[in-house]
Amino acid sequence: MKKKIYLTAGYNTISMGTGRKEFNPKYSRPGIEHYIKEAGQSTIKMINGAENIDEIVISNFASSLYNNQGNLPGYAPFIDEKLKYKPSTRVEGACGSGGLALATAIKFLFSGESEVILALGFEVQNTMKAVYGADVLATAGWWGHRKEGHAHFFPGQFSDRAGAYYEKYGKEITRKAMVKWYQNAIENARLDSTAQEFHNSDTDLEKTASIEPNKKNFVEHLTVFDCSKVSDGASAIALMTEEGLKRCNIPKSDTIEVVSFAQAEDNITTKPEDPTKLLTTQKAVQKALLKAGISKDEIGTVEAHDCFSIAGIMAIEAIGFAEFGKGPEFVISGKTSRDGQVPFNTTGGLIGWGHPVGATGIHQAVTIWQQLTGNAGNSQIKINQNKPYGMTINMGGDDKTVTCIIYKKSE
Amino acid sequence: MNYDEKITNVSILGAAGKMGSGILLLTAVEITDLSFKKENQDKVFVLNAIDISNKALSGLIEYVRVQVRKIAEKKINQLREMYKDNSELVNNSQIIDDYIGKVLANIRTTTRMESAYDSEIIFEAVNENPELKIKLFTQIDNNSKNLPWFFTNTSSVPISYLNEKAKLGGRIIGFHFYNPPAIQKLVELINSEATLPEITEFAQIYAKNLKKFVVNSNDIAGFIGNGHFMRDALFGIKMVEELQEKYGFAKSVYIVNKITQDYMIRPMGIFQLIDYVGIDVCVYIMNVMNPYFVDEEIHSELLDKLFEMNIRGGQNSDGTQKDGFFKYQKGKMTRIFDLSSNTYINIEDVILADEILGPLPEKHLTWKKAVKIKENENLISEHFSNLKNTNTLGAELTVKYMKATKAIGEKLVTLNVAKTEKDVNDVMKTGFFHVYGPINNYLD
Repeated sequence: MKKKIYLTAGYNTISMGTGRKEFNPKYSRPGIEHYIKEAGQSTIKMINGAENIDEIVISNFASSLYNNQGNLPGYAPFIDEKLKYKPSTRVEGACGSGGLALATAIKFLFSGESEVILALGFEVQNTMKAVYGADVLATAGWWGHRKEGHAHFFPGQFSDRAGAYYEKYGKEITRKAMVKWYQNAIENARLDSTAQEFHNSDTDLEKTASIEPNKKNFVEHLTVFDCSKVSDGASAIALMTEEGLKRCNIPKSDTIEVVSFAQAEDNITTKPEDPTKLLTTQKAVQKALLKAGISKDEIGTVEAHDCFSIAGIMAIEAIGFAEFGKGPEFVISGKTSRDGQVPFNTTGGLIGWGHPVGATGIHQAVTIWQQLTGNAGNSQIKINQNKPYGMTINMGGDDKTVTCIIYKKSE
Repeated sequence: MNYDEKITNVSILGAAGKMGSGILLLTAVEITDLSFKKENQDKVFVLNAIDISNKALSGLIEYVRVQVRKIAEKKINQLREMYKDNSELVNNSQIIDDYIGKVLANIRTTTRMESAYDSEIIFEAVNENPELKIKLFTQIDNNSKNLPWFFTNTSSVPISYLNEKAKLGGRIIGFHFYNPPAIQKLVELINSEATLPEITEFAQIYAKNLKKFVVNSNDIAGFIGNGHFMRDALFGIKMVEELQEKYGFAKSVYIVNKITQDYMIRPMGIFQLIDYVGIDVCVYIMNVMNPYFVDEEIHSELLDKLFEMNIRGGQNSDGTQKDGFFKYQKGKMTRIFDLSSNTYINIEDVILADEILGPLPEKHLTWKKAVKIKENENLISEHFSNLKNTNTLGAELTVKYMKATKAIGEKLVTLNVAKTEKDVNDVMKTGFFHVYGPINNYLD
């Protein structure tokens, strides 16, 4: 790292959508302004005022389609008028937008132009029915593949991946692991009051998720319980240099430090080389580990991009916690559970906490910040001193735009 | 018989009505789907929506537009397959919009009966008035060169009677949809002795394509559905008459309605159902049925009286419920008619009747819960076994009512209206959303 970069003052709004008791698709709901303002102002308050901020990076996937709103940098001064005339940048990399915002902010801090940056991600997706939302989400893939794709485009893509995985490594054990993944996601989400599945009171999650995928109702190899949710929400966090910490008067104990970060990109017009592997994710993780100079075994907790349960399992293998084909065993044996070897997605991940697309990468950073600084409340896990690192993997599209960041508690 | 050929020109009579609009919707979707088949590329499909009211017809198109969208959204996978060769339409929204346009383009709305003269298939969904039906059939048949096939949605008039009076030579079949046709799975198919086998064959394909569940009822007035419902209603009214000396009219209506809904696990109480169907419709149906059953009086003075007082139930054109035994607000019963004062009184004023009925039995099963559980047999059985062992007025009246509906069901088989007990139970389950059939052993 060219400079020490710290993260602090993380904030998540509620991830709103099906599952939350307050959610009723028949009634009108708050728009993007509500979420942007809540998340932005909360983080600003924690860093003692917007006057401390040098610039803003906003991540969002498709507000021009979901909400008929573009030119998002203009929302910075809307959050706080002290941000008027300050630089503001919007980044987009589909579901990987949040990760891009963090990587971009880190680079801006490296450049010396800024010392304190507010990174804010949001998405408000419940403005349309799922069948039309699928059209929007499909733009995260290549338009040239849309016609041949499934009505629900991305579930179709990952269903194909799951099908190839079943074929190669066995369906029964993989399905079992996917059910376990769902159970972990919901159980973790129940511990975080902002999670979309916080109110989930199902007493037999295993039974619920153990239904057979049915092509007629949905896609061939996945059930709805294998999928992340349609969500409205925003997350924000502040990134700053040593100088910035002083300016905001933030004690280091309230911060985490970026140990390394890495981005990897694959050609959007191509199909996966090997559908059973997340090769771009693997590349990003390898780069980040190399830059950090640490081994995967020193990672204490991971926020993985489980847009689908199968993607969570493949992420385990991409990191190298299990060999290819052995991810399911790793999950079934409880190694990713909150009291396991490496707790994954401790506030529920995309399946349990929710997936307000453009916010997800930032939500992951907020969770790691909460966990490593001991601010995770009911979700708090025990961090082993020998494994002090937290990792986030944020993925845009079908393993196309990937950002991997490794953090540790600041010293 | 070439099904695709036969269905290219269809007219629906009473297309803007409650039943007609649903039949129009489903048929419009059916012919649009057929038009996608390669072998049908050159065919022109015509669906005449005939009604007497221009205003209703314009509302009808709006109804179809909204409903087709829902249907299209639901079957998006099938639509993407149908549109796979059209490279211009890629997104779900593009395909759905185009499909809605195609369905609407197949519909011709008109107030002129002459449009039906070119049709091969005539769907009749006008008022339950035998003379009107006969008049329309005769007029169309006399002016058509096609020897058209008549599908009547009558829920009570014997098909053989219509066939004879309109001199159709067997070109008629009973195809009784349940309300609302777009949602209810059940179709009662009624062949008269004269009905041509080809028509039956066509009806079966049509029902299958519409994904309907078919029960074949015999050609006896009221068929299975109304055969049960009308007698069920008459029994409910009789029970009110027995109770009212002690509790008064309004409270008795409340009691019987509650028994038939909460205690018997039905979606609506019997008087709410009469309101929903329409007191007027019930009166018409009873008038049609009564002459056919010499040993039985299918007639209610109470319903006649309400009808004359212009208390007729049914729905407004926006779908809201009109006043009947109850007044409704946002679908909920708020007031109840009191015969002694000829006014509606607050439902709170009769709710004390709950105390008379006693507490609901232990582990009481609600219809909402039962209908969500696929294998609900044991829960229902437990519900009634608890009820049987409960010593309250509510339980006592329920047992009495259950026995009466069982007898009605069995009678339909004895009278040869239904071929089997299963058919009776199937009609009540699929057409009336009951969670169990009337012929059961829950109280044995």
